[in-house]
Amino acid sequence: MKNPFFSSLAEFARGRDERRFSIEEVTRYFLSRTEALNPSLNVCLSINQNAVNRARQIDARLVRNKADSPFTGYPVMIKDNLEMEGYPTTCASRILSGYVSRRTATAVARLLSHGVVVLGKTNLDEFAMGSSTENSAFGPTRNPWNPSRVPGGSSGGSAAAVAAGLAPLSLGSDTGGSIRQPAAFCGVLGVKPTYGRISRSGLVAFSSSLDQIGPFAGSGADALEALVAMAGKDPLDMTTVDRDPAEMRSEYQSTEIGGVRIGIPEALFGEGLDDSIRERLRNLRDSLSGEGAREVSVTLPHSRYGINVYYLVATSEASSNLSRFDGVRYGFRVKNPADLRSMYEETRDQGFGDEVKRRILLGTFALSAGYQDAFYRKARKVQALIRRDFLEAFRQCDMILTPTSPTPPFAFGEKTGDPLSMYLSDVYTITANLAGLPALSVPVGVDSHGLPVGAHLIGPPWSEGRLLRMADRIAGLYPMPLPEVHAGHVDGLSEGGRR
Amino acid sequence: MSGGSDARLRDWEVVVGLEVHTQLLTKTKLFCRCENRFGAPPNTLVCPVCMGHPGTLPVLNGEAVRLGVRAGLAAGCQVSPVSVFERKHYFYPDLPKGYQISQYATPLLTGGGLRIRTEAGERTIRIHRMHLEEDAGKNLHAGIPDRSHVDLNRAGVPLLEIVSEPDIRSPDEAVDYLKRLRQLLRATKVSDGNMEEGSFRCDINLSIRRPGSTVFGTRVEIKNVNSFRFVHKAMVYEIERQIEAVESGEKIVQETRLFDPSSGRTKPMRSKEEALDYRYFPEPDLPSLVIDPVLVEEERRSLPELPEKKVERFCAEFGLSRADAEILVAEEALSRYFEEGLSLFRSASPAGDALRKARERWTSFVLSEVLREFNRQGEGVLEGETAVVHTVALLGKVLAGSLSFSQAKEVYSRAVEESRNPLLLVEELGLVQLSGDDELGRLVEGVLAENPAEVAAYRGGKDRLFGFFVGAVMKKSRGKANPEKVNEILRDKLKG
Repeated sequence: MKNPFFSSLAEFARGRDERRFSIEEVTRYFLSRTEALNPSLNVCLSINQNAVNRARQIDARLVRNKADSPFTGYPVMIKDNLEMEGYPTTCASRILSGYVSRRTATAVARLLSHGVVVLGKTNLDEFAMGSSTENSAFGPTRNPWNPSRVPGGSSGGSAAAVAAGLAPLSLGSDTGGSIRQPAAFCGVLGVKPTYGRISRSGLVAFSSSLDQIGPFAGSGADALEALVAMAGKDPLDMTTVDRDPAEMRSEYQSTEIGGVRIGIPEALFGEGLDDSIRERLRNLRDSLSGEGAREVSVTLPHSRYGINVYYLVATSEASSNLSRFDGVRYGFRVKNPADLRSMYEETRDQGFGDEVKRRILLGTFALSAGYQDAFYRKARKVQALIRRDFLEAFRQCDMILTPTSPTPPFAFGEKTGDPLSMYLSDVYTITANLAGLPALSVPVGVDSHGLPVGAHLIGPPWSEGRLLRMADRIAGLYPMPLPEVHAGHVDGLSEGGRR
Repeated sequence: MSGGSDARLRDWEVVVGLEVHTQLLTKTKLFCRCENRFGAPPNTLVCPVCMGHPGTLPVLNGEAVRLGVRAGLAAGCQVSPVSVFERKHYFYPDLPKGYQISQYATPLLTGGGLRIRTEAGERTIRIHRMHLEEDAGKNLHAGIPDRSHVDLNRAGVPLLEIVSEPDIRSPDEAVDYLKRLRQLLRATKVSDGNMEEGSFRCDINLSIRRPGSTVFGTRVEIKNVNSFRFVHKAMVYEIERQIEAVESGEKIVQETRLFDPSSGRTKPMRSKEEALDYRYFPEPDLPSLVIDPVLVEEERRSLPELPEKKVERFCAEFGLSRADAEILVAEEALSRYFEEGLSLFRSASPAGDALRKARERWTSFVLSEVLREFNRQGEGVLEGETAVVHTVALLGKVLAGSLSFSQAKEVYSRAVEESRNPLLLVEELGLVQLSGDDELGRLVEGVLAENPAEVAAYRGGKDRLFGFFVGAVMKKSRGKANPEKVNEILRDKLKG
């Protein structure tokens, strides 16, 4: 995470403005670190060959004009389900092989207009479906804290990139925990904004009503600036909401720990939670109380159906969203199919991995005539109840605290044979997506095996500023050690962890 | 009704509902800003959104919503304050996303109806619903062996689907309903209704039952019938087929059939068992469509006079027969031309007999000459050199007696042919009607002098010879003589 130039966005901006380093210098540093570590960590699926050029152009501009954004020249990595015009977007799937994007995702375009330098595109579970990045068609990403462990997923590449110091900021997408769970596993901060806060235009859809783009960063303050830069109404996405992004900044500034009411759903701290994580969370709760925060007991009675609801709603939408990958217009197509039907069947059979196929089948079934009422429609009804529970709870508290993940980062292959246990990785994070709420994972130290543990904060709609301020206060209480990653260390790994 | 033996048909009642897909006259597509235009080279009106690229999202075209509301108001539908777009799934190369964005459980418009009038009488065909959806592209197979190409120019073009209740009872009624619906959509500028270009397409749902029965027979759907004539033929065939089948003890199977214009038959496309499961569910990329009551009021206020009302007014105001009024009203441009002409005459001769006469002449001229050229060459003849001001001026010469009606007709068709101003043609050809008493008097005297025997016979009581003299005078004047004047002078001179 640490680099020789700066330890925060503000420090970067100061250093840049005082000419203590050039953007080219910074860019080259991160690129060469990536080149050294990527063969073993497998964080990036592609590296931007144009990054140094862009850095030089920015440097040239900075000779004449002062930077107009703290992000001018800031290095960023983006998950490879976010589009950048002229660059491949793979979604870690064979079916998109050869596909080059014709547009840039709004979130990325807004960061680019602030002057960021995109260094590369990061690995993920195929089409963001998974909790370990093991479902990538291009091999799994390794956890920088312990290369025999998964980085979490689906945004495992983006989380590992920040943890391993390959970029100070990265973007992921979160449908059921895909930013927060890898953030917890990799010991970094990861934020899923309120649904509608950030445009999904240019994000390859997994589950349209649940997907949100969000940042991984070293601190809440840095994540806040990234959110402000990306957020706001987008004419290309009708589900974005017209709210002033700057409200996040003012709420960040006005939030204090003293007097904050923290909702504790006790049921979620019981069975199924790893002991060392429960212990870290206990420690956190005590610390927060010591700082003047007040615990409030809340109940979220319908949250126990979260996983069930999620795997109906998300798979239904996924089965629909992935229909367009048919081999007709772009990407992979089998050679010499016998007829139209076999072109579809063989293209999709060979183009998609197992987990994607599993979810397409589940979703197709949940939407089928005769089953839709019992599955998809019922799930939507329960989803509404889950949201109602949360809104009810937020009448008594300012935010809700839970663990991010029930377990520490697991070993490769540990859960791939048992999809249900893999799905349970997201038990704490999924409900925030179902309820459309902002949530984040912030590191609270390491467990007995030296693996990072994350605390999960969920807030009412549009409360990102408040959550990020609290995350920074928590980070102040739990200064994270840094993972020991260097090329030699990782090179020594056996391949045993791989499937 | 036509089709089938009448005796047999008396034993059966035909029950038909129609689904019409009409393309809306928007500048751009329903969910992206690609141009909505027919006839461009393949795949030139496309973008990542309408090609179904990953990462793209639909953005609703407000103009399509406005046109939908307008069509609904014109047909007396209820506008849903909130309606929902849904995804309809199936795989086909011309469907880029693998689903069509349509409306299903909650359409934009419900209820309403259309008055139809056939030999069987006047009735209302109720409308069940109208909803917005996107069109698919087109698969091209012609002239490319072993290959198919896909043209996505049409993919995403806005459609209004208009579903009738099963109120139609014969092929004649179906065709009349379709004609009136098309007329309504054209009059309100919702659609150009161009059937050759596919902007007005029809699916037929047809079943038969015993008269008096209150339950429906098994329904067969005939897909994509694209002309009024084919709709009629397909229905006649399908009615025969179903009656024959049922009368010989077979059961009708619920299925989708296709009409083959070359054989005039319908043939099976897919059975109920093979029916697709479209897996509809609400489109998560689009919020519910909330209709602003202000928009509804705006559209209601700005609705043009609807065809049915206009027919009534033409009959009442101008003394037209219903049939003539319907002909004029069927074509918006023609009826506008007709009315503009009338108002020009009105400003020239504000009242009385002269106006009445002008109206008669104009009506008959438009219904014969202008209509013929219009049918032959389209709306262009109503503009340019033969625009209404010029045609009215031409007729003005007839009314003033300086040009005969037949000359006017000749000049008009020549003016259309050559795209020339008819008034200039009149001058150029030296066409002047002879109306002067002296000149005509000399002509008449000449004719009488040349035909003494006929004159004697006429004066002896052979009245029928009068026409012979008129013809002879007209011939002598090479058609330029004013026939009324000729009559007058002849009558006078023949008295002796």
